[in-house]
Amino acid sequence: MTNKPVLELKNVSKTYTIKQGLFGKPKPLRALNDVSLNLQHGEVLGLVGESGCGKSTLAKILLGLEAPSEGQVLVDGQALAGQDRIALSRRIQPIFQDPYSSLNPRKSIEDIITLPLRVHGIGDSASRDRELHKMLDIVGLPARVARSYPSQMSGGQRQRVAIARALIMKPEIVICDEPTSALDVSVQSQILNLLADLRAEFGLTYLFISHNLAVVEHLATRVAVMYLGRIVEEADVATLFETARHPYSRALLASVLTPDPDMGVPDTQLGAAYPNPIAPPSGCAFHPRCAKVMPHCSRIAPWPVPTSDGHVECHLYDQQPLQAAS
Amino acid sequence: MNDAPLLSVRGLTLDIPTSGGTLHAVRGIDFDLNRGETLCIVGESGSGKSLTSLALMGLLAPKIRRTAVRMTFDGTDLQKASRRQLRQLRGDRMSMIFQEPMTSLNPAYTIGDQLTETLLLHKKVSRAKARARAIELLEKVGITAAESRLSQYPHQLSGGLRQRVMIAMALMCEPELIIADEPTTALDVTIQAQILRLLVDLQREMNMALILITHDLGVVARVADKVAVMYAGELVETGPASAIFRNPAHPYTRGLINCIPVPGRNERGARLGTIPGIVPSLVGEVTGCPFRGRCDQRVAICDTAAPLRRLPDGHEFRCVHPDGHRHEEVTA
Repeated sequence: MTNKPVLELKNVSKTYTIKQGLFGKPKPLRALNDVSLNLQHGEVLGLVGESGCGKSTLAKILLGLEAPSEGQVLVDGQALAGQDRIALSRRIQPIFQDPYSSLNPRKSIEDIITLPLRVHGIGDSASRDRELHKMLDIVGLPARVARSYPSQMSGGQRQRVAIARALIMKPEIVICDEPTSALDVSVQSQILNLLADLRAEFGLTYLFISHNLAVVEHLATRVAVMYLGRIVEEADVATLFETARHPYSRALLASVLTPDPDMGVPDTQLGAAYPNPIAPPSGCAFHPRCAKVMPHCSRIAPWPVPTSDGHVECHLYDQQPLQAAS
Repeated sequence: MNDAPLLSVRGLTLDIPTSGGTLHAVRGIDFDLNRGETLCIVGESGSGKSLTSLALMGLLAPKIRRTAVRMTFDGTDLQKASRRQLRQLRGDRMSMIFQEPMTSLNPAYTIGDQLTETLLLHKKVSRAKARARAIELLEKVGITAAESRLSQYPHQLSGGLRQRVMIAMALMCEPELIIADEPTTALDVTIQAQILRLLVDLQREMNMALILITHDLGVVARVADKVAVMYAGELVETGPASAIFRNPAHPYTRGLINCIPVPGRNERGARLGTIPGIVPSLVGEVTGCPFRGRCDQRVAICDTAAPLRRLPDGHEFRCVHPDGHRHEEVTA
């Protein structure tokens, strides 16, 4: 890799303490477990995995909304911990899932979109107004909506407002947390096209979190698959969708329902339910659900095995698992 | 297959009085459903698909006006049925699975209480028998340690488990018809595949009819025998699933299919199809084709007409164009 990563996670862990019941003993929940990840300039990294795997915790840490328990987040090679949140927010902006709850219902669209400029004390009211209209135009909203309120807009229009608000600071990195899953399909495609256009136009880097693999396949350049707080496979999008290595990635891909009337509902062979993150399985966390489980999978945790375009964490791909662990 | 359909609906119309006038939410829809068959009603928010399902179950809010030429369930006229008759049908012979298992399960009662309630209400069985049946069904829907779950409350279960409980509950009395309104939308893709498989397997095993309401064309393609595409309160295209996916005739259906990214079909990163514009207001008089404002095949007569057309492969759609495409020369 010749490019310097714009965003880097180095061995990041996040542990929450969960109290079970009124008199229960607090227990640690490792939402992220030693995660390392790079975002190169201009790429779209798709982050996929089931609910509870730590995707949103990762997003919160990248946005500086949560501090990692261990490890470091580097922006352009500099540790995030030392940086001012305000300065950071110029460079990293979020787009959230639900445009119904992420916009303040009592503020006009104009107020919502220009708030970042006012917080950062950028420009006067005339220049902010120019920026506002430029942004409205870019995200495909008519100028007249400036004085409207979120309740007067459709879901797709609200998500456009959220995108305009994220982009008005001209960030380098946009964290998209399930940006289209609350939208109708015809609106989803418009928003996905818009995100693709904006990326090309402004050279944006996206972290694209989604449980919809078809959407990730369409937009991402690289994909990271998360399971129970770890990235179990990372690969170029073409590699992952054509020859996924990890059995969990394969199960995820098998569960994508393409609109093919000749095929029935697939058997994902993911028998057991998602494990309780407070009591993760021993060894490889995926072993109770794995179709290719081997005897030592329940005893020895796998480690990242480098591949040509990423890594995979599975005993199927490390040559001498028993030796290496001793 | 019996000669008469299990469920037969003709001209179902739902009107909602609002301060701005009458909202024509559902405008004269027709369909039949046989035993053991799966009908998928697909459409976007506001198309009237959820209201249609509530109308069938007799669960509409009192202010919504329902009229129909015919609405029969196994010979029973659902329009003339008394509240008592409807109560007897619901939960026993026809049951419903809602989208949000968190809001449709009662948080104050245990899973066991909620599961056995339907059975105790409709059938003359002992509590012990009802309990045994509940355990049997929980196991059938793939819930481990079923017996211990009976004393748990909904908040103690994950979303996937709660949805399985909802399905088990719907199956308690072995209904002949299940209406599932977006049963997997709130779930992870892996759980979605498992739940759909379960639903389809159980349906085959028990020869139930299933109406599945969804906006996900992937789900539709994989489970439907028949498809009804709903737009602005009308069924704009209906027919066998294979015919509709192979030869989508209505411009809206084609638009929907082109909107979704399909691994292997679209080129990665290429632009997705879109449907410009928004759903028309259904308040007041609605004339012509409701889709014309967003349609790229629009011609002048779309303002007044959207005739029903039948194709050789057995499917029907509403459009002024005989094959759903505008041919300039023909109309001249």
